[in-house]
Amino acid sequence: MIDTNNLAKKFGSLTAVGNLTLHVNDGEVFGFLGPNGAGKTTTIRMLCCLISKTSGTATVGGYEIGNKADSLKIRKIIGLVPDNVGLSEHLTAYDNLDIYGKIYDCTETQRKDNIKRFLEMLGLWEKRNVLVWTFSKGMKQKLAIARALIHDPQVLVLDEPTANLDPEASKTVRDFILQLKREKKTIFLNTHNLNEAQRICDRVGIINTVLTAVGTPQELEQSVSNRKTVIKLEQITDPILKALKNMPLKNLSSETNTLTFNVQDPDKENWPVVEAIVLAGGHIRTVDVVGSDLEDTYLKLVRKEV
Amino acid sequence: MRLSKAWLVATRDFKVFSKQKNIWYPIVAFPIIISIIFPLVLNFAQARNAEITATNLTNLMNSFSFFFIIGAAFIPLSIASYSIVGEKVEKSLEPLLATPLTDGEILLGKAISALLPTLIVMYAASVVFMFGMNHVSFDKLGYYFYPNWTLGVLLLVLLPIAAVLSILFSIIVSSKVADVRSASSYGLLMFFPFIAIYLASETNLLTLDVNNLLIISGILLAVDVALFFVSTATFRREEILTKWK
Repeated sequence: MIDTNNLAKKFGSLTAVGNLTLHVNDGEVFGFLGPNGAGKTTTIRMLCCLISKTSGTATVGGYEIGNKADSLKIRKIIGLVPDNVGLSEHLTAYDNLDIYGKIYDCTETQRKDNIKRFLEMLGLWEKRNVLVWTFSKGMKQKLAIARALIHDPQVLVLDEPTANLDPEASKTVRDFILQLKREKKTIFLNTHNLNEAQRICDRVGIINTVLTAVGTPQELEQSVSNRKTVIKLEQITDPILKALKNMPLKNLSSETNTLTFNVQDPDKENWPVVEAIVLAGGHIRTVDVVGSDLEDTYLKLVRKEV
Repeated sequence: MRLSKAWLVATRDFKVFSKQKNIWYPIVAFPIIISIIFPLVLNFAQARNAEITATNLTNLMNSFSFFFIIGAAFIPLSIASYSIVGEKVEKSLEPLLATPLTDGEILLGKAISALLPTLIVMYAASVVFMFGMNHVSFDKLGYYFYPNWTLGVLLLVLLPIAAVLSILFSIIVSSKVADVRSASSYGLLMFFPFIAIYLASETNLLTLDVNNLLIISGILLAVDVALFFVSTATFRREEILTKWK
């Protein structure tokens, strides 16, 4: 659905986005992670044909970015929720959506149906005739998402959709995105909320002007892994140590009643160890995996670039 | 350029304006001053000073009628300032720019939303003005002064040109300021040429007859064309998102 090849944007001598090459599949939720000023919003703006690229190529839905004739087509198949919701505060929720429906050439029936459908899904139907300036931040964010979806776009682009929202509003927005994910909508999500990326995204890309890594959250965690399995036993005996010595465990150490070793894929690697301990007569109290998660991975990758 | 799309942008702005009382104050106040207060002032002046000659009276009415041009420059200024800078403040321009509208369609929509109310209120006010002025001047002149060619050229030629000038100027100013008040303040610069023309007519340096009004219109039209190119270069997606304040 989205393909970029060495896409770059410079503002004067400042490189905002450098040689970005990535592929977003149809029906995929792709998370774009990066610190402030990393080029996330600039990338979105290039993909939505809001600003020009400096070099490279990119297509959205088969249409080429930078081609004037394709720009309108790209904007037609994209629904954008910018980081500032940008609603017309002095219009009602209904009017905000209806006008955008008209701009996107939706029929009256389509507009009515979609407005009702999305406002109901987001719990705003009862507030449809209320002026937007009276809404809370969370309500505005939900309305902005509904506006971006009014024309049933092929790609939904969200720029920090839960930034500055309280936990409850964040959850509502997140749940709605998950619902769209179940409906196989292609979603490009800019965020620096790692927890959100981990919960929602099929794959994530980490950018800090240049793309540092791409993969599923699990793949990225493993790529910079320093995760450890920590097994607490009633007692560490010689037969247990003997059994573990024969296994290919990295950095195995034992201290009082605790065994620690490096692990890449805990789900696969831990159970043979547990089995060996039990067969050697050990009594396990707890098995924990500590260390690198997506947050560690993100920080390492971003700092590596800095 | 699809006019229907530009009209959509304009109707969206009209809906917003309908909920914004502060936009309506200048739109309503200025025409009331010209169309009701000025005839009353003339009536009062005649009552106080019986020596006002017919020539003085017609000169005075011509001078008063030039306020339609000042109004045509003033009203769109407040509307366009809100419609562009207001959107900038509300950050509602970016989602609009992300739609399949061209820059020209958005710009034209914004221009229509400022121009149309101006023309409607000024032309409505001109009808009231003509009735009022004819009423208070008939006894002295012995004929109805309005309508006449001077007012015709003023309203039908110079007024729309002045209004467009004001809108284009507002668009350019909007790219340089961050709030509506600053935009309106900069917009006051627009008044200087019109005030200068008015003062020139009051001091008999310039007669506001048909010929001179057509010359002024031609000059302002040329300025309009120049400002059109500047404003279209200013009102581009990338400029708005990356360079506007």
